[in-house]
Amino acid sequence: MASVATSPQPVPPQALPAPRERVSSWPLIDRICYWLCWVTGIGLCVIAVGIVLYMFVKGIGYLRPELFVKSPSASLRQTQSGGFLDPIIGTLIVTAIGTAVAAPTGIALGVWLSEYRRPRWLARVVGSSIEILAGVPSIVLALFGLLIVSQGFLSFLSQGSPQGSLGESFLDAGLFMALLAMPLIVAATYEALEQVPNRVREASCALGKTRITTIRRVLLPSIRPSMAGGVVLGMGRIIGDTAIVTVLLGLTLKNESVGSTPIIGTLRGTGSTLTSYVYYNSPAGEGNSHEKAYAAAFVLLMIVLLLNAIVTRITRGSEPGARSWWSRFSIQVRSIAGPSS
Amino acid sequence: MVAATARRPNPELAAAARSDRRAELLLGALAFGAFALIAFMVVTVVLKAWPSFSYNGLSWFGSGGNVETELRVMREGTPLPGHGLAYFRAWPLIWGTVITTVVAVVLALVISTLAAVFLTEFAPARVRRIIEPVVRLLAGVPSVIYGLIGILAIAPWINEHLISNSRKQSVIYVVQLNGANLTTASLILTVMILPIMIALCANALAAVPVSWREGSAALGVNRWRTIWRVSLRTAWPAIAAATVLATARALGEAVMLAMVAGGTAFAANPLDGLTFFFEPVRPLAAMIFQESEGLTIATLSHTIYAMAAVLLVSATMLSFAGWAAKQPMKRYGVRA
Amino acid sequence: MDPLMPPPIRRIVVDRDPNVAPPTASNGGGAATALAGPRKRRPASTPALVQERMRLESVWLAYGSNWVVRDVSMTVRQGEVLALIGASGSGKTTLLRSLNRLTEVTEGAARSGRITLDDADIHEVEVNELRRRVTMVFQQPNPFPMTIFDNVAYALAERNGRRRRRRTPGIEAAVEDALRRAGLYEEVAGDLDRSALALSGGQQQRLCIARALAAKPEVLLLDEPCSALDPISTATIEELIVQLRETIAIVIVTHNLQQAFRVADEVAFMHLGELVEYGSSEQVFDHPRQQRTRDYISGDFG
Repeated sequence: MASVATSPQPVPPQALPAPRERVSSWPLIDRICYWLCWVTGIGLCVIAVGIVLYMFVKGIGYLRPELFVKSPSASLRQTQSGGFLDPIIGTLIVTAIGTAVAAPTGIALGVWLSEYRRPRWLARVVGSSIEILAGVPSIVLALFGLLIVSQGFLSFLSQGSPQGSLGESFLDAGLFMALLAMPLIVAATYEALEQVPNRVREASCALGKTRITTIRRVLLPSIRPSMAGGVVLGMGRIIGDTAIVTVLLGLTLKNESVGSTPIIGTLRGTGSTLTSYVYYNSPAGEGNSHEKAYAAAFVLLMIVLLLNAIVTRITRGSEPGARSWWSRFSIQVRSIAGPSS
Repeated sequence: MVAATARRPNPELAAAARSDRRAELLLGALAFGAFALIAFMVVTVVLKAWPSFSYNGLSWFGSGGNVETELRVMREGTPLPGHGLAYFRAWPLIWGTVITTVVAVVLALVISTLAAVFLTEFAPARVRRIIEPVVRLLAGVPSVIYGLIGILAIAPWINEHLISNSRKQSVIYVVQLNGANLTTASLILTVMILPIMIALCANALAAVPVSWREGSAALGVNRWRTIWRVSLRTAWPAIAAATVLATARALGEAVMLAMVAGGTAFAANPLDGLTFFFEPVRPLAAMIFQESEGLTIATLSHTIYAMAAVLLVSATMLSFAGWAAKQPMKRYGVRA
Repeated sequence: MDPLMPPPIRRIVVDRDPNVAPPTASNGGGAATALAGPRKRRPASTPALVQERMRLESVWLAYGSNWVVRDVSMTVRQGEVLALIGASGSGKTTLLRSLNRLTEVTEGAARSGRITLDDADIHEVEVNELRRRVTMVFQQPNPFPMTIFDNVAYALAERNGRRRRRRTPGIEAAVEDALRRAGLYEEVAGDLDRSALALSGGQQQRLCIARALAAKPEVLLLDEPCSALDPISTATIEELIVQLRETIAIVIVTHNLQQAFRVADEVAFMHLGELVEYGSSEQVFDHPRQQRTRDYISGDFG
């Protein structure tokens, strides 16, 4: 009686894959729910694809290369004249200012919340404030901004005089756009730092490094992908915003600069962005040229999609534990509770 | 005899400790500044809004007038007989906000729960990989684009196919019916808040311990029942918190609603039957957005800031509600 | 006798006096086993009650391209406790999970061979129906976050399809019966509406057993049920197992050789996916035929 141990290993037979559960055997109501779930899942895809396709078709139809290089002109025949060069530049300027302000402050706040957080009451209060900020509508932020910048002493930011100004300029808009992006950046930095295991910090301390050096040299570089992801998401939110632009940017068709200094003049001046341009040209605004609205909206959508792709590429698989996408996404989502309108 | 040599302080260590403390103070000051800024925001907005509230009292929230007329009065400076310049009754706006938000959130809750269940349980891996970019995409689309599609595609379609001429005639003296109405607004708003809710619900469902789901499967309970009786039951606090977050999002949506909800501050009446679904509304945030040119006029600006104050206070209360909704999760020690 | 051939169903059972130490070194079994000394052994089952329930024929199981279980054949009988013993990674848990098709939940699982329940291939039977008849209790107690009553009534309620009322007298009686059979009724009878998570570890595990028993299964699979428990709870559950085997076929996977010795009638020793030795408890522990079995039992590895 040869035992299995000493005889030559038998050849494994062909494997049959394991059958999955048969839904058809479920009670009726369970089957209905199952198919409802499928319908919602596929329906989501259909809606998203529908939006993109629709904008694509309409946008491409009206997109002409000259639109990119001509400035908007105030003429009666809106459908034939002018382009959206100025709005594109406007979007770039506002996003640049907003990100430049939001990124360092957001990262610093995230670091403080994660690494220091003393005194305790301040940490709790600051955490709640950031959450509230995330939930405040951007139109309210815009109104608050208006209150601040129309004070005389801040008139250097725009074209006003010390007696009081309208407070509308790129600088003003960019500054308050930073408030939109900040919660996202703070949340991304904070969550990423919380994921770093304590032994990294302990190892650095054991080598005699101060805490701030640890943060700067060890922790922050290790969470670069998440931070970058947060920053890009913040940029996305800034790009998509219309409310702050409407209140704080003056909404002139062309970018009007103030004073004679070249760059500062533009920054202190008024202008428009792609979002306000789309609104202006839609039936809700005054332009009433839906061709240009579609074209500009298409460009805007492409920019946003590009940013999305960048975020996905940066943050995929870069975090320890390889959390599922919705766990990563929901962290970002929690910090954009407020609308980016 | 060994003289006790005083320990000379190591200059490097001292400098390092100083720089550490400096950094901590700096960062702490920044954090305090952030808190101060936000507190300052709440205070200033409420202060600027105070004149409007103090004139109207609690009836600011009530009904009793035509919002457009009241605003015109403020712009032109000629008060209506019997009322002051700051007379304002915001009920139609509030009702419009409530209706669009509630409908959108309820619809989104149902749809996103089903979608989250689909994602975590039923979807094959390939489909899951497609849905991630899809949801991310929906979340990233700017509001103007939703508004543009709404006003140029959906509203005309509804106008043509769902609102009959006779219906329009029947209310022509009260209000104009067209494609920009509360139905269009609510539907598009639902789509806008879906990505947030789906991500958070999927997160909540995935956080349910595998041992419970496995135990239920081992007892012979099919997957849907397991989800219904075990997963959803455990995850509902997180889903409630997600709903709160989505409500905050819906409340503050200004641009899309400004384009699509119909520019008339009309208190849509459910008793109107089917016409109710096609009546225009003007939610608060959209109102503020549309009136933002008039901020130079004193009374008008007080009124607009009053609306902003209402939104701000609601956002703060919702933030607190979200925190409160998460408390039951601590019972199971499930991290959301 | 070929160790892989299942022994005939009717066999002579020698009643062992539990107080007499079995002979060790003088036995033909070879070197002194680690289980020498006076040992408590479960009372043997009466032959009339032994009935074949499940049969495994040349079962191979794989995850991906990795064969975890190789060519295993054995029989599961009501009236007997079958213990699967072996070192970690020997495939015994995978084999156990394949008995109620839990291996299907893992992506990439593959199988070959035949497993039958009462002569019906389990892969033809609807999976939830199968799992109601062949239920499993896991290593870590996993009561649902509901009341004790709802936990035990869980499988019952689902079986009835649409629940009109959660607490019909039929369900209440079934819950009480299951709790009694699990030996938990006296401890919780006072308040069945307490949260199940408030119970102690041993009580939770017995609750899980009660939950499994409530649906009146035919085969009960136990995956190291006592590994997370203290000795008193372990003893309670072992007594429970011995009582239950009359009406239910029991398969238990255990790391603990002493436990296998205490409760098992049939023992299957697995090593690296292969079934090395399979026979009655006396035969495997006292007269192991394979050197590897001897090494494992005497503690040389594991």
